Amino acid sequence: MYDVVIIGCGIVGAATAFELSKYRLKVGIVERENDVACGTTKANSAIIHAGYDPVPGTLMARLNVRGAALARELCAALDVPYLPCGSLVLGFSPEDQAHLEELYRRGVANGVPDLALLTGDEARALEPNLSPTVTAALLAPTAAICSPWEYGLALAETAVRNGAELQLETAVTGLTPTEEGWRVETNRGVLEARYVVNAAGLEAQTIHEMAASPSFAIHPSRGQYFLLDKSEGGRVGRVIFQCPNEKGKGVLVSPTVHGNLIVGPDAEPVEGDDTSTTSAGLAFVRETALRSVPSVDFRTSIRNFAGVRASTGAKDFIIELSAPHFLDLAGICSPGLSAAPAIGEYAVELLGQAGLALERKEDFQTSRKRVRFREMSPEEKAKLVAEHPAYGRVICRCETVTEGEILDALAGPIPPRSVDGVKRRAGAGLGRCQGGFCGPRVVELLAREQHRSPGDIPQERAGSWLLVRETKGGAR
Amino acid sequence: MYDLIVLGGGPAGLAGACAAWEAGLRRILIVERDKELGGILNQCIHNGFGLHYFKEELTGPEYAGRFVRMLQDTGVEVRLDTMALEVTPDRKVHMVGKETGYRVEEAKSILLAMGCRERTRGAIAIPGTRPAGIFTAGAAQRYVNMEGWLPGKRVVILGSGDIGLIMARRMTLEGAKVLACVEVMPYSGGLNRNIVQCLHDYDIPLYLSHTVTDIRGRDRVEQVVVSQVDDRRQPIPGTEMVFDCDTLLLSVGLIPENELTRQAGIQIDPRTNGAIVWENMETSLPGVFASGNVAHVHDLVDFVTAESQRAGKAAAQYVQEGPGENQPVLEVKNGDGVTYTVPQHIRPGRVEKACDLFFRVNRVCGPSRILVTSGGAQVAAYSRDYLAPGEMEHIMLPRKLLDGASGTLTVSIEEVASK
Repeated sequence: MYDVVIIGCGIVGAATAFELSKYRLKVGIVERENDVACGTTKANSAIIHAGYDPVPGTLMARLNVRGAALARELCAALDVPYLPCGSLVLGFSPEDQAHLEELYRRGVANGVPDLALLTGDEARALEPNLSPTVTAALLAPTAAICSPWEYGLALAETAVRNGAELQLETAVTGLTPTEEGWRVETNRGVLEARYVVNAAGLEAQTIHEMAASPSFAIHPSRGQYFLLDKSEGGRVGRVIFQCPNEKGKGVLVSPTVHGNLIVGPDAEPVEGDDTSTTSAGLAFVRETALRSVPSVDFRTSIRNFAGVRASTGAKDFIIELSAPHFLDLAGICSPGLSAAPAIGEYAVELLGQAGLALERKEDFQTSRKRVRFREMSPEEKAKLVAEHPAYGRVICRCETVTEGEILDALAGPIPPRSVDGVKRRAGAGLGRCQGGFCGPRVVELLAREQHRSPGDIPQERAGSWLLVRETKGGAR
Repeated sequence: MYDLIVLGGGPAGLAGACAAWEAGLRRILIVERDKELGGILNQCIHNGFGLHYFKEELTGPEYAGRFVRMLQDTGVEVRLDTMALEVTPDRKVHMVGKETGYRVEEAKSILLAMGCRERTRGAIAIPGTRPAGIFTAGAAQRYVNMEGWLPGKRVVILGSGDIGLIMARRMTLEGAKVLACVEVMPYSGGLNRNIVQCLHDYDIPLYLSHTVTDIRGRDRVEQVVVSQVDDRRQPIPGTEMVFDCDTLLLSVGLIPENELTRQAGIQIDPRTNGAIVWENMETSLPGVFASGNVAHVHDLVDFVTAESQRAGKAAAQYVQEGPGENQPVLEVKNGDGVTYTVPQHIRPGRVEKACDLFFRVNRVCGPSRILVTSGGAQVAAYSRDYLAPGEMEHIMLPRKLLDGASGTLTVSIEEVASK
């Protein structure tokens, strides 16, 4: 019998598991995919918003500001790439100016520190590549960027290290109330739970309706992005937003913690988790971004992708007990990544109010550290390789990721099952050749270390096979 | 302190090191990231290598093997499974390997011979889903020829670069069905002999002026949509063809691998994506040379070899005689029809008998004249029956003619009206 079963291990489920694993509880997490943090969590703008956007008084506003503060501590403690680079919202017209002033007022009301309204020239003094047509800007020094999938992974790994039980490739098929709580039916058997947390992202409505009467609808909203080469990574130093206008919410141009430039997203309603890109969507993103930063060189594109946000159309997150012992964490669209750790805290508070006994563990472990060979000094590299030669073999040449780092990932609390799982943990394949060089080598390592046939190693999900069969001459 | 450190043990590095040894250098080190020498040739098991250099037809591994054996007769040191991480402007090379550890080695000269990499889906922004089954042709070639695994059964190939054409044949021979080769340009980007031997011989259709406009499939490629494009390479609505396939191979261009070069502060030519070089393949950083695909993308390995031998010899000369005196300089400019030249500038005083000049054209041309002019006056002219962007062009500029030029040299193409 689990005290709590969390359905879904994206950033919200992971943050909730992380919080719950601080207490003497038996916590289970079920995740449909073969890895954590691989839905909305892995495909978004990667921004920890300062918190001036949500309307004061909403959950969104409170959890955004609190979450952003927690993110700074958590990313440091859990070794998640995080850069407090600040953000600018650009204005191009008197209407935009009024909007910026409104954002400023909201930010102050939400408790966002150090906001400042700037003139166009002041903004360009900070960011020389901004368009000459920028007339005003809102500066938020506390905005930050992070590695979103590593953030989700770090929270999930820490929860697992503190005793939470993760079951991958486990899809919930039904929920039945019991005397003590819920019977959670899955494709891999039944789990008994006192409390159930619905953190199923795009599937939150489906899960909700297994336990309670319909009360919200998820309207998936897709956003497309360009990821540009590191040669463009210095084009801007801050996250550059636009004011929403009649053409939409505007797109952002931002550095990434990996040193690239990210540009996007658009917003388009789609069915389910359709993460395909379209030429029209990408063209819109490109053209809209050039309004902010005309010199962005899209010829340096190394990847296009799309993420789907679990919007509900409501102006706030849906965080409530919608049935006895059943907690919805639904409609977590932007600023969900920023708010996630605060959502986790709040979820535990609500579960406590609903009767979950919360007794702190004394031996809760919060530190996490991984080797990042590329970031070391020559002296550190020499010492490390002398002690552990596997760090001397470079597997991913673009990002200088070594065999030792991949072996570390494979030995982690949530071992990767796929090539992309290795990418999210060790960074191999993130770079400009997009795994063209290291892909076969990563397959070889996964097969060797996990005693699997190369033919059984997927790119990502279970069905995403890479290799058909051995050649006529056979594998080497 | 080494006389010469060669970065890369593929055909360029092997030829450069051998030539430098022959020219008298004795402290030479090759740094190779793979577990054996030969570079990409090791996965090119088809024939067609060496027709110019050895006057016989070899496979890639055979071609590499000849140079590996030549190297064995020298005292050139080789560090395998070792990756160069950084080259500093004062010619220190940081390198790391599982067996060789982290080392910083200093050299009197350096030859950059890192080769090139393939353009990816992201670089050309093909819309659609992002399933497994989209490989660069070279990655598929590695799976088939090195790892012994077939990466797909029903294949569409985008781009008619040579590796894509070679893989059309290779996948067919392994039992896969290659449905189409799709090329956005109105002409192929590969060698004509590969079009004939790899597509025509296997009845694989080549769709010129077409491109991939959508990829479908959630986990693995299920369909690829191909559309015709107009003169501006924009897809024409209504021309879509849907191919049921599980694999899309990309052969959409090669990019010289110049991260170390850029880091060292060496000037790069945006047209070649390689270092700007002098007539002896020296880069903007004295004592640092570049040759082979790291300098510009070649179509035939024989020319990589010849160019690298010149670079190796020049590195030896640099070590033995010093940087040499300043000389008058000719800047080489692209005229009509020419996309780049290598070298980008020439010191006629450093040219022995003649200077090799390589370039590519920007369109398919029938009977043509290659004109080399300086200050409006013709320096040299060469006749060709046929010119194509997929085939690298090579001319020899005699020293005598270079001495008569000053300032700039412009290379251009003039089509000769057929009678």
